[in-house]
Amino acid sequence: MRIRVAALAVLAALVAQPAFAGTSPTLDKIKKNGYLRCGVSEGLPGFSNPDAKGNWTGLDVDFCKALAAAIFNDQQKVRYTPASAKVRFTALQSGEYDVLSRNTTWTMSRDVQLGLEFAGVIYYDGQGFMVPKKMNVKSAKQLNGANVCTQTGTTTELNLADYFRSNNLKYTVIAFEKDEEVVAAYDAGRCDALTTDQSGLYAERLQLKNPADHIILPEIISKEPLGPAVNQNDPQWADIVRWTLFALVNAEELGVTSKNVDQMLSSPNPEIRRLLGVEGAFGQSMGLTNDWAVRVIKQVGNYGEIFERNVGQGSPLKIQRGQNALWTKGGLQYAPPVR
Amino acid sequence: MAQAIARTTWWRSRRLRGLLFQGALIAGITLAVVGLVEHVLAEGGASGFGFLNNTAGFDIVQHLIPYSEQSTYGRVLLVGLLNTVLVAVLGIFFATILGFIIGIGQLSSNWLIARLCVAYVEVLRNLPLLLQIFFWYFAVLRTLPGPRNSLNPFDAVFINNRGVYLPRPEAAPEFIWVVAAFALGLLGTIWLRLQARDRRERTGEHSDIGLATFALLVLPALVASAITSFPLTFSVPVLDGFNFVGGVVVIPELVALVTALSAYTATYIAEAVRAGIAGVPSGQREAALALGLSRGQMLRLVVIPQAMRQIVPPLTSQYLNLTKNSSLAVAIAYPDLVSIFAGTTLNQSGHEIEVIAITMGVYLTLSLLTSGVMNLYNARIALTER
Ligand SMILES: N[C@@H](CCC(=O)N[C@@H](CS)C(=O)NCC(=O)O)C(=O)O
Repeated sequence: MRIRVAALAVLAALVAQPAFAGTSPTLDKIKKNGYLRCGVSEGLPGFSNPDAKGNWTGLDVDFCKALAAAIFNDQQKVRYTPASAKVRFTALQSGEYDVLSRNTTWTMSRDVQLGLEFAGVIYYDGQGFMVPKKMNVKSAKQLNGANVCTQTGTTTELNLADYFRSNNLKYTVIAFEKDEEVVAAYDAGRCDALTTDQSGLYAERLQLKNPADHIILPEIISKEPLGPAVNQNDPQWADIVRWTLFALVNAEELGVTSKNVDQMLSSPNPEIRRLLGVEGAFGQSMGLTNDWAVRVIKQVGNYGEIFERNVGQGSPLKIQRGQNALWTKGGLQYAPPVR
Repeated sequence: MAQAIARTTWWRSRRLRGLLFQGALIAGITLAVVGLVEHVLAEGGASGFGFLNNTAGFDIVQHLIPYSEQSTYGRVLLVGLLNTVLVAVLGIFFATILGFIIGIGQLSSNWLIARLCVAYVEVLRNLPLLLQIFFWYFAVLRTLPGPRNSLNPFDAVFINNRGVYLPRPEAAPEFIWVVAAFALGLLGTIWLRLQARDRRERTGEHSDIGLATFALLVLPALVASAITSFPLTFSVPVLDGFNFVGGVVVIPELVALVTALSAYTATYIAEAVRAGIAGVPSGQREAALALGLSRGQMLRLVVIPQAMRQIVPPLTSQYLNLTKNSSLAVAIAYPDLVSIFAGTTLNQSGHEIEVIAITMGVYLTLSLLTSGVMNLYNARIALTER
């Protein structure tokens, strides 16, 4: 028994760890399947949400489309798998999808203990509270004794406990597995407040019976850097995901958009030439073609375009760029150079 | 030759084969568990079950034992287990009562009652349980007012969409005398009953001990309370800020879950009861009536005891079903074992294999305990040949 287990472990290690860089078992499988398998939320407007025809839309969805464009030159080659907050990591670990792109906070325990690899931060978020206007609450500090609805399996329920404890406030948490039940229970008056990532609050407010009757409190009680995650055992695949994200941000910084990317191919700017694969062999070294970023930008746009379309001024959420502006514009979005 | 014959019989022996199969099964399961544990250790899941001592970091809406976000995952396991047991016990209690009423009602000679009971069974049994849980939950939430406009049916009892708030009894040390007095009274009633039974068996005369029983149960405790200047006080819920504080609260999630589980399971129990009663030969009924028993006495003393032998086995499996179905709690935020341990703890700690193994072990134990108790009961009421 012992010997057999050991042999299996060795075999698994051999399969999981490529002997030399240049092959990615995940990428090979994606190419063989003919599509990327993308883990998304069960429905969060602006991030990952099925529209009336059942097509997935949102910032997190567009990131998977960008990956599909990079691999297949076809942003449609994605299969979406909705996962609740609670099951998302188990499903990723057991290989139900190739990438988890679902408003997921990069934390140390998830990165280190769960054996995940976060590719970067696609959206800088923070946790907030929503309350009915008629409660006359202006600050989260006034929530002593409140009932608070939230979703289980999230950083949210942990931050909530920390916040109330460190401010010496009493509260009762009602934690649901599914987001839609959180919203329904809050709407039915089960709770005095609803808490989640602030971006999520804006999205959830739109799902209430009378959105205008609810306000979002000013306090941000946590750091929620949201980003795509993959399994730790395939470093090359993690590189592809990471540099696709960086390509989106770099493109915005360099002024490359879905409209002008073809003209930009003849730009004299060496940074643009390397990003678009006119110079260097960066794409090939990841197992893609050198013009991978061109295809990504042409089909889904740069980071700024994706942001505005899904959560910014081009969307019902109308979220400001804020922390998600480029570092050159006073925000936090910053990508290492292609070099 | 003789040896060959011995060998074939050895192979054919049913008992031995059964033993062999069971042995193989147990060996297989043990090997699988050992393999899993080795796998866990190899994965670097440092300490196997050591994570149970880590801080949970989240809060739980209902805990029957003290709990805070600084408690451990091990404590979460206990809280969840007790919450599951609470739902199971309450659900079994109400489902049994409702199931017997409806089951007997189905056989009622009153056409309307019988039809209503049959309709109840047909409708509730054919709607998905999860749907019924949601129905009760949102029906409860939407029909009840907010805390500020709470219903106040009795003094110090408040009902709103955050739950039912009741006064919480708080006992001073002298309360032990009241308990002692009550215990004495209880012993008295038992003695009274034995006397009455003795008399009935000797003389066939029925003695009415109802009033005496009542007096024995109430008076000693009352007198003791008065002497010790009423040591039992009540902490009364009061509205403070957003919600009531003080008292005990029965959360709407518990109410909805118990209601849905008992209403649903009652349909199966009703069917078992109906079948059990129908299985008692009609001669028994006729004989009972001929002996001058009333219809109620006939049902209680003659029919039901015999029907029980048919009812108990399916009843046991319904009790097990109810316990297992209580894990649907997760949908409406009731913090049962599956919700806060197999759900939240698994997700937050990442120790999947250990958490699932523990959860399965707990459910298996609960099921075995339930069937054990029911089997004892079954053996007690079984037909004893004389
Ligand atoms: N960022 C937090 C919370 C993420 C989260 O699950 N948020 C909720 C509410 S905004 C959500 O996305 N629900 C949608 C779903 O469960 O499908 C985390 O990673 O733990």
